[in-house]
Amino acid sequence: MRIGLIIAFLALVGLLAVGLTLNPREVPSPLIGRPAPAFELPKLAREGRFSPAEMRGKVWLFNVWASWCVSCRDEHPVLVEYARTKRTPLIGLNYKDPSDDAIKWLARYGDPYDFSVVDANGRIGIDYGVYGVPETYVIDRAGVIRYKQIGPVTPQLIAQKILPLIEELEK
Amino acid sequence: MKLALAFLAALLLPLAAPAREAPPVASDVQVEQRLMRIAEELRCLVCQNESLAASRADLALDLKREVRELIKAGKTDDEIREFLVKRYGDFVLYRPPLKESTALLWAGPFALLVGGFAVAAIFVRRRRAVKATALSTEDERRADALLKGEQP
Repeated sequence: MRIGLIIAFLALVGLLAVGLTLNPREVPSPLIGRPAPAFELPKLAREGRFSPAEMRGKVWLFNVWASWCVSCRDEHPVLVEYARTKRTPLIGLNYKDPSDDAIKWLARYGDPYDFSVVDANGRIGIDYGVYGVPETYVIDRAGVIRYKQIGPVTPQLIAQKILPLIEELEK
Repeated sequence: MKLALAFLAALLLPLAAPAREAPPVASDVQVEQRLMRIAEELRCLVCQNESLAASRADLALDLKREVRELIKAGKTDDEIREFLVKRYGDFVLYRPPLKESTALLWAGPFALLVGGFAVAAIFVRRRRAVKATALSTEDERRADALLKGEQP
């Protein structure tokens, strides 16, 4: 009996311990494995508009950012480093950000993006299930979302998850 | 008489005034009521313990705007929920649907309850079992003797 109680208690402690290490902010996205939602948005600081359909046949990264987003600044050097390798196109979604601020921000910290598109009212962000900027999507050749990172991308994440995934998708 | 009537009519004038002032915040009260009803059942993703209806977070306001537009476009409540689930997953629903991934969520509390009853039942049984081990006649005689204040 004693032993039974101790086992039950330890099981409960174990359960709670696992619960404590889980991150409730990590909401599994239903968009994985689904086509990236279509849109057509103006490009930031340059002429023309962009639609994800133009990226057919390429594996690419889609990164949601804003100049007001504090963790975007932490993430930024990682993206700059990634862009230097020219592994895949990297396109930004400038989310609910006055374009003037966005342009200044890129001028100050460097622009890793092939270009960014402007989602002024966050409408496209909603289609992509954005709820915590920064977020990053890996989109495959057929335009299907294969991976979504909520929160900043880290060098480890790029090395351990994103690069292997890109490799696999490009096979 | 005419003058008196005109005077009375003039007195009523201010009553008409407020109706024109301060247009309702939402153009359509019904839309707003439906919005609140739907939003109360939805979770705000930024502040996860708040409903969408209660939240003032930026994203919550955007999502409410989105829901408002869907209502105006004549979508049903189910279609609106579907719209959000497609983007944010079952997580946005305060009443998640019963399926494989949510089975534990739904059955868990009942399983714990049943488990609790089982443990309680075992305890009670054991206690009864202890009671059932009656004293031997020898022990009973000694106990009687002690109670009467005699040496056993």
